[in-house]
Amino acid sequence: MSKFKKKKSGDLPAISTASLPDIVFMLLFFFMVATVMRENSLKIQNNIPLADQVEKLDKKNPISYIYMGKPSKGYEKFGTEAKIQLNDQFAELSEVSAFISAERAALREELIPFLTVALKVDKEANMGIVGDVKQELRKVNALKINYTTGKGDALTNMN
Amino acid sequence: MAKRSAPEVNAGSMADIAFLLLIFFLVTTTIEKDSGINRKLPPMEENEEDVVIKQKNIFTVLLNGKDQLLVEDELMEVKDLRAAAVEFLNNNGDGSCDYCIGAGKDPSSSDNPDKAIVSLKNERETSYAAYISVQNELVAAYNTLRNKRALQLGPTQGFRDMNFVEMQSNYRDARFVGDKEKLKAVIDQIKIEFPMKLSEVQ
Repeated sequence: MSKFKKKKSGDLPAISTASLPDIVFMLLFFFMVATVMRENSLKIQNNIPLADQVEKLDKKNPISYIYMGKPSKGYEKFGTEAKIQLNDQFAELSEVSAFISAERAALREELIPFLTVALKVDKEANMGIVGDVKQELRKVNALKINYTTGKGDALTNMN
Repeated sequence: MAKRSAPEVNAGSMADIAFLLLIFFLVTTTIEKDSGINRKLPPMEENEEDVVIKQKNIFTVLLNGKDQLLVEDELMEVKDLRAAAVEFLNNNGDGSCDYCIGAGKDPSSSDNPDKAIVSLKNERETSYAAYISVQNELVAAYNTLRNKRALQLGPTQGFRDMNFVEMQSNYRDARFVGDKEKLKAVIDQIKIEFPMKLSEVQ
């Protein structure tokens, strides 16, 4: 009789999902910790050169980023010459001073003299555009600059 | 119906495994930090006065549009620039620099580190990579001299086996145990002894 027949366990036992929240939280924590929030999405190539005499950028002081480089794939219509990117869009040289003023306006007053402008310039850009930007920065009296570089042997840059 | 449930997989240790992985990643990932060469631009001046500087106190570095380096009117490789700059800065031509170690005392080179000026000129077509390499080598030249001086000066002030770069990072480090004010004084003194006079020609 069926009553005494032992049912063979044909069904697969359900896998316990009790630890699924743990795994999800683990991933969540990992990404929370490891991701650096990128403020701007880059529309230019930005392969920065290497140097070994570098100093850390002090995060306590405010930093503004100016990107320069060739427009990357999908933005070829902007030409092949190195261009300036401020925030999220391409900018002309004349917009640099307005950008610095806007950055300064967003700061607390006592921090304004400590504003550092980090120049993230592509290796292949030429100095013409960098020199122009530096000149613009001098005009608005933003004199603290930082050439952002990776850590490595500077002599390999030109290969 | 009597149903015999299959034995459940023990998931009690799953959380431990998860935490183990979490801690592993926490320890191994390094968050990328921004680093680079700090520079200060010269302020705009309305009426620039011409300062007369002796030619022998100027170390001219020219980087042309083809990334060729011309140092003191001679073609040079970037890898040789550091040594050349150190030799120029540490020349001590007039003998007033009593802390210069191994000075060349060449009368046709710079008088003393305070008067020595490095002049860097680049063209519009110069690549940024070459420019950064040259900047890096020039900063390295100053750091070489400052490091040497720090190793000489440091022990007299109680900062043993610490070169200039380490002194600076220690000064910024909140965990550094030691007299920070004294350290600052040493750093400032070295900065005065070997001032970074790097002028860029537009």
